Amino acid sequence: MKLYLKIWRQKDAKSKGAMVDYTLDGVEEDMSFLEMLDILNEDLIAKGEEPVEFDHDCREGICGTCSLMINGRPHGPDSLITACQLHMRSFNDGDEIVIEPWRAKAFPVIKDLITDRSAFDRIQQAGGYISVNTSGRPVDANAIPIEKEHADDSFNAATCIGCGACVAACKNASAMLFTSAKVSQFALLPQGQVEAAERVQNMVRQMDLEGFGNCTNTGACEVECPKGISLENIARMNREYLSATLKG
Amino acid sequence: MSLIKSSLARKYVMALSGLFLVIFLILHVTINLASVFSPEFFNEASHFMGYNPLVQFLMQPILIAGVIVHFVMGFVLEIQNRKARDVGYVKYNGAANAPWASRNMIYSGLVVLAFLALHFYDFWVHEMTYKYIEANPQDPTRYYAETVEKFAPVWRTVLYAVSFVLLGLHLWHGFASSFQSMGVNNKYTAGFKKFAKIFAVVVPLAFAFIAVYHHLNPITH
Ligand code: HEM
Ligand code: SF4
Ligand code: FES
Repeated sequence: MKLYLKIWRQKDAKSKGAMVDYTLDGVEEDMSFLEMLDILNEDLIAKGEEPVEFDHDCREGICGTCSLMINGRPHGPDSLITACQLHMRSFNDGDEIVIEPWRAKAFPVIKDLITDRSAFDRIQQAGGYISVNTSGRPVDANAIPIEKEHADDSFNAATCIGCGACVAACKNASAMLFTSAKVSQFALLPQGQVEAAERVQNMVRQMDLEGFGNCTNTGACEVECPKGISLENIARMNREYLSATLKG
Repeated sequence: MSLIKSSLARKYVMALSGLFLVIFLILHVTINLASVFSPEFFNEASHFMGYNPLVQFLMQPILIAGVIVHFVMGFVLEIQNRKARDVGYVKYNGAANAPWASRNMIYSGLVVLAFLALHFYDFWVHEMTYKYIEANPQDPTRYYAETVEKFAPVWRTVLYAVSFVLLGLHLWHGFASSFQSMGVNNKYTAGFKKFAKIFAVVVPLAFAFIAVYHHLNPITH
């Protein structure tokens, strides 16, 4: 199939970028979206032009590196997948595809479609860990009884791959879904409860410092999250933060 | 202090002030409905609300403060949220992942705010002038006729009705959203969301019905 691509090109963090049009022929529906971009880049390199820079690593939906806004939706039109898992069969011959980087003040563009998402790392470093010894001495972590419901919810929260699609989708560029997943993953387990109050306060403080927006509860993040992280996590974080703050 | 600076605390303020206004709406619509079904009761209730010192000097200032806190915080959040995406998307499909009402709270809110200005002028300014500037004596029977007369002009009736539609959209998202903001999301949430949507339709519809009803049924002398 033949595609009309509109791609954001930006030389570096300081330059002003712009949309550039490319026409790409011979795309097959079995190709992944990133393979389609690989082919475009081979063409560009053959012509002596700069290839389009985009982030990717595992190409199987587990690393969270790929980050493309495709036709106005993070990771494209399909649900519960990352951009690398998107295939060209989701598009038709003659389609126009608009490809942009995540847009958030806290995720500045480094080049073309690549953004700096280290704001997430700093939120994680602010409290997304436990300091208790889980090495198996004196109690094996697996030997601590944990309610099935809590174990499941914690595990589901832990499947967040830190891709940033939630921020990209949100009209406010809010990082609540990511931060709440990281808070919940620990808050639900006994090992995480020791530092629960400081954790939620420190992570929210860092989230605010990074310049993410506030949450309007639109639910866009939940719809676009490739891992199906639930809004219940945001409510849990709101609860945890309220009780931590009231307790002082 | 951390409570004021934090994004979550701002949302608590938004949610609590919004919920407070929702409770006020229930009281308001109940009294208004009386103007259709029992002018006598409407007069009694209005007179009580207009002259009871607890209502006038405690509840009314709290209500006004609640409205101000709510919309000022709404503007603060909106400004911050816009700043959080300094470079916008060329193509952004917001409709694909979130309902219209949730994405346009500031616009439905602004219409309600503009309506409140008119509504204050229509009733509150009128009351203050009547009571304190002209220093008229108490008249517990005047309210019904005054209210019905207000809705004689088509323009006012239409403006009120349209504003209530926007209020409905505001509540369609806002009522349930305030519980999520306060951290309440449990096995009752799905059921409550349905109730909140019914509320968001029924209450504004009742307000609009009352305005239209009085427009169509003027007092004939
Ligand atoms: C009787 C009038 C009103 C009622 C009952 C009401 C109710 C609510 C409720 C319950 C919420 C949800 C809070 C949350 O999500 O935590 C809300 C949100 C909001 N309200 Fe109102 N409101 C009213 C008037 C206004 C006015 C006059 C404005 C002026 C601009 C306004 C602006 C907003 C905004 C911007 C939000 C969304 C804030 C956000 O989540 O980002 N509202 N309102
Ligand atoms: S919550 Fe979902 S969308 Fe957000 S970073 Fe985690 S995996 Fe990505
Ligand atoms: S490249 Fe790893 S998730 Fe897409």
